Amino acid sequence: MLLGGGVALALLWAPEDADQGASQRIFYIHVPIALTAYAMFGWGAWKALRLLGKREERYDLESYTAVHMGVIFGVLTLVSGSIWARASWGVWWDWRDNQLVLFLILFLFYSAYFMLRYSLAPGASRANISAVYALFGVVLIPVSFLAIRLAESFLHPGPVVLTRDVGENVPGSMLLTFCVCLAGMLALAAALYRSELLGKRVDARLRELREALA
Amino acid sequence: MTGYLRDVAALARKDLLLELRGRDTLPAMLLFVVAMLVAFRFALPREVEGAAEGLLWVAIVFTALLGLTRAFVPEREQGVLDALVLAPADRSAIWLGKVIAVFAFLVAVEAIAVPAFWIFFAPLGWATVAAILLANVGICTVGALLAAMAAAGRARELLMPLLFLPLAIPIVIGGVGATVVAEPGRYLGFLALYDAVFAILAWATFEYVVVE
Repeated sequence: MLLGGGVALALLWAPEDADQGASQRIFYIHVPIALTAYAMFGWGAWKALRLLGKREERYDLESYTAVHMGVIFGVLTLVSGSIWARASWGVWWDWRDNQLVLFLILFLFYSAYFMLRYSLAPGASRANISAVYALFGVVLIPVSFLAIRLAESFLHPGPVVLTRDVGENVPGSMLLTFCVCLAGMLALAAALYRSELLGKRVDARLRELREALA
Repeated sequence: MTGYLRDVAALARKDLLLELRGRDTLPAMLLFVVAMLVAFRFALPREVEGAAEGLLWVAIVFTALLGLTRAFVPEREQGVLDALVLAPADRSAIWLGKVIAVFAFLVAVEAIAVPAFWIFFAPLGWATVAAILLANVGICTVGALLAAMAAAGRARELLMPLLFLPLAIPIVIGGVGATVVAEPGRYLGFLALYDAVFAILAWATFEYVVVE
C-alpha cells in the first residue's frame, strides 16, 4: 500500500518534464486512469469467470471489488476527460471523443451492475448472476468501441480534425513519464483493490459472526 | 440434438400459446409502439434529415423492452422456472425457447409498426428491414438473459431497462447507421457480429443465471 502511495506521488511530479502546453499534462493522468479502469473491469470479469468455473465463494467478492474499483476509475476518467475537453476544445463534453462516449456507456452499464447486485438476495444465485453480468461487460467494451467508431461516419461526416494519439514521434521523456504514471496508477488501483477487498471481507466475516451470535 | 430442439420448440410453443390465450403482452406492445410514433411526430418540430429514422430505432428498442420486462415474470411468479430447471433438459433450452417466443412477438409488432412508420413519416429501404431483423436477434438474445436476471431480483420492472439499455446502445448505433447511410453493409455486418457474440455468450452463461 505504501508502494502504491509512493508511486502515486511520483505521478504528481512526473508531469513536470512535459514540454507541451499545460493542458497536455492531464494526458498523463487521464489515459492511465482510463487504462486502469479497463484493467479493473477485465480483472473483475476474470474473477467472474473463475467463480463460474470453480464455484468458490471468495471470487464473488473479488469480482465485485474489482468492478467497484473499475467504476471509480471510470468516473475519474469521465471527469478528467471532461476537464481536458474543456481545456483543449473549449467544451465540457464532445460527442466526437470516442473514448469518453465509451466510458459513459460503460459507466451506465456498471452502475446497473450495482443496482442488480443490491436487488438480489445474497447467496450463490447473486454471485452467479453478478458474474455473468460482469462477463457481459467485458464483451461489451470492444463491441461498443466498434459501434462508436462506426457511428462516427453518420454522426459527423467529413474528416475529424482531432488527433489525440501521441503517435509515433514521442520524445523518450514523455513516454517514460507516461509509463511511470501508468505503473503508478495501476499500483494505486491494486493497493485500493486490496484494502477494499480486505474491508469487505472483514465486513462479511463480521456479519457472519453477528448472525451466529443472534 | 433433436431432443434439444424438441425441448426448445416445446418451450417456445408454451409461451406463444400462453400469449394466444391470455393476450397480455402483444396488444400492450402494439399500442405502445403506435402511441410512441404519434408522440414522435410532435417531438420533431422541424423536418430534420434522418431524425425520424433514428426515432424508429428508439421505438423498437423501447417496445422490445416492454415485452422483455414481462418475459420471465410468469415463470418466476408461479415457480415454473424451478420446475424447468429440474427438468431433464439442457438449461440453455429455456433461454432459446424464450428467445424464439420474444422474437415472434417482436416481429408481429414490427409488422404493424414499420408500415405505420412508412405512412406517418418516410419510406424505408430493404436495408432497414434487414437491420431490424438482425437487431431483433440481438435484442432477444441479450434481453431474454437479462430478463431472467432481473426477474430474480426485487425491483424487476425497474431493473430491466437499466440492465438492457447500455447493452442496446450498439444495436441502436448499428440500426440507425444501416437506415440512414447509403451503403449499409458495414452496419449490417456489425449487427450480425453483435448477434453472434452475444448469442454465444448468453447461450453459454444462461445456466448460471437460473441455477442456484
